[in-house]
Amino acid sequence: MNLRGTWTLFKRETHRFLKVNMQTIAAPALTAILYLIVFRYAMGDRQVPGMNVDYFTFLIPGLAMMTMLQNAFANTSSSIIIGKVMNVHIYLLMAPLSAMEMVMAFLTAAVLRAVIVATVFLLVLTPFVDLSIHHFGLIMVYGVCGSIIMGGMGLIGGMWSENFDSMSMVSNFIILPLTFLSGVFYSIEQLPPFWQTVSHFNPFFYLIDGFRHGFLGVGDSDPWLSIGIVAGFALATVLTCWYLWRIGWRLKE
Amino acid sequence: MTSPVLSVNQLCKAYSNGKEALKGVSLSVPEGSFFALLGPNGAGKSTLINIMADTVLPTSGSIDFLGHDMFSERLWCKGNMGVVPQEVAFDPFFTPREVLSMVCGLYGQKPDMKWINELLERLELAEHANKNTRQLSGGMRRRLLVAQALVHRPRLVVLDEPTAGVDVELRKRLWEYMREINASGTTILLTTHYLEEAEELCDHVAIIDRGNVIASSSMKKLLHEVAGSYLWLRYRDDWELAATDVEALSEFNPRIDDGLLCLTLNRIDLQQSTFHHAYESARLRFGPPLDAGVCQEDLEDVFLRLTREQII
Repeated sequence: MNLRGTWTLFKRETHRFLKVNMQTIAAPALTAILYLIVFRYAMGDRQVPGMNVDYFTFLIPGLAMMTMLQNAFANTSSSIIIGKVMNVHIYLLMAPLSAMEMVMAFLTAAVLRAVIVATVFLLVLTPFVDLSIHHFGLIMVYGVCGSIIMGGMGLIGGMWSENFDSMSMVSNFIILPLTFLSGVFYSIEQLPPFWQTVSHFNPFFYLIDGFRHGFLGVGDSDPWLSIGIVAGFALATVLTCWYLWRIGWRLKE
Repeated sequence: MTSPVLSVNQLCKAYSNGKEALKGVSLSVPEGSFFALLGPNGAGKSTLINIMADTVLPTSGSIDFLGHDMFSERLWCKGNMGVVPQEVAFDPFFTPREVLSMVCGLYGQKPDMKWINELLERLELAEHANKNTRQLSGGMRRRLLVAQALVHRPRLVVLDEPTAGVDVELRKRLWEYMREINASGTTILLTTHYLEEAEELCDHVAIIDRGNVIASSSMKKLLHEVAGSYLWLRYRDDWELAATDVEALSEFNPRIDDGLLCLTLNRIDLQQSTFHHAYESARLRFGPPLDAGVCQEDLEDVFLRLTREQII
């Protein structure tokens, strides 16, 4: 087991986003805050139907989680695609690290970036909102599992993509719609029955709903039941990444 | 015979586009040798190196590295090997010093700053050690790749055209350093298009062409046994051999090289070659030459002859 190697790759992935922290931490936190301001003034003091909570408070955990998911995806996908385009990925392929060590290092760095961005977002809001924490454990489980899933998807997307254009296709046409249509901005109770059913097939819905439950104590589904779905999905993502890296999928000729 | 550090056995690689880059390559690299792997562009050299580096998957065959099967004991083999790939690649987020520390870590070693500083010094990167790699010139980036391949003190260093784009003076100093590394016990496998340098530096050589090894031996043996000598005769600058001339002189493998008629000489015994017979044959056919001489084939001549024979 090459623990030092795994730690070094984790540090590399962490330093990479910390070196450009305006782009990787400040900018996504600011974007989330801008969403919040816009919706705050557009929706006023309206309550969310079926929940005893105002729309502004409802939106905050959802936006925090969406930001986490998008940044976890961005961290791994950008690393792999930059590596492929600049041919630096061969140094990772040549290094004596097993596929699981590689995947672990990438995913822990992705989780760290996601947690840092969400923390910055929430800290900036702290003076302006009274956001309570209903269940810290739920927040942690959903936050970490969600970041693992999206970090893993970023790895797979990066391996699949040949260039920045195909990478942007994955993030804009698959990841962005899935996160936007997962109940960040609305409760699925507000949707027609057909779309409510469709939403239940979107894994991001469970991530955002469970994370929100951790803050507000209310949501569209039972968060304890959803943990199984989310944890299973996270495990499947890790195993898929491990297998694909092991066979050198779209990395080795 | 020194035991091999690397034995390549019947290695084949067919790419998905159908191109057969390696067609059963077998060769042995003796431990402690400075080994030249030569071949024209597209011969399969880089494919072989990339398979060793684990960036290309083989179709069949095996590689034994210090008694370890390279494909089933990948991590051990990778940990004991350093590769300088042909294409210059650099991590745009870090400085050379950071890159070298990071490579040490990836190979499971604590960065040895004394060794890193020595590498930076010897590869003339010390004054650029804290600049971002984006600010380095092409030659500096290539030297950084060499440092990356050496920083974890591997037992085998593979250099895939490490001096392309490096100026003459720097190249000389780089080779001098490589010689020291080799003298300290590290085996070096080198591909280069600078055949004079390969002849001067390397003690073993393999020539690969169209996915096949066409020669593999010690440099001395290759130059002694395969390299021949030839007689050159100057008649006039612009002339071509007619088919009848080629046929008449066929035993000397006649060719025109740079306006000179070249006839390959063979040894009759230790004392004499076919020199007299070749000279007389040419004189009888074309008359007395303006000038004439005998040349010994060097590595470049052998390389060109062997790879031409493959085409024929």
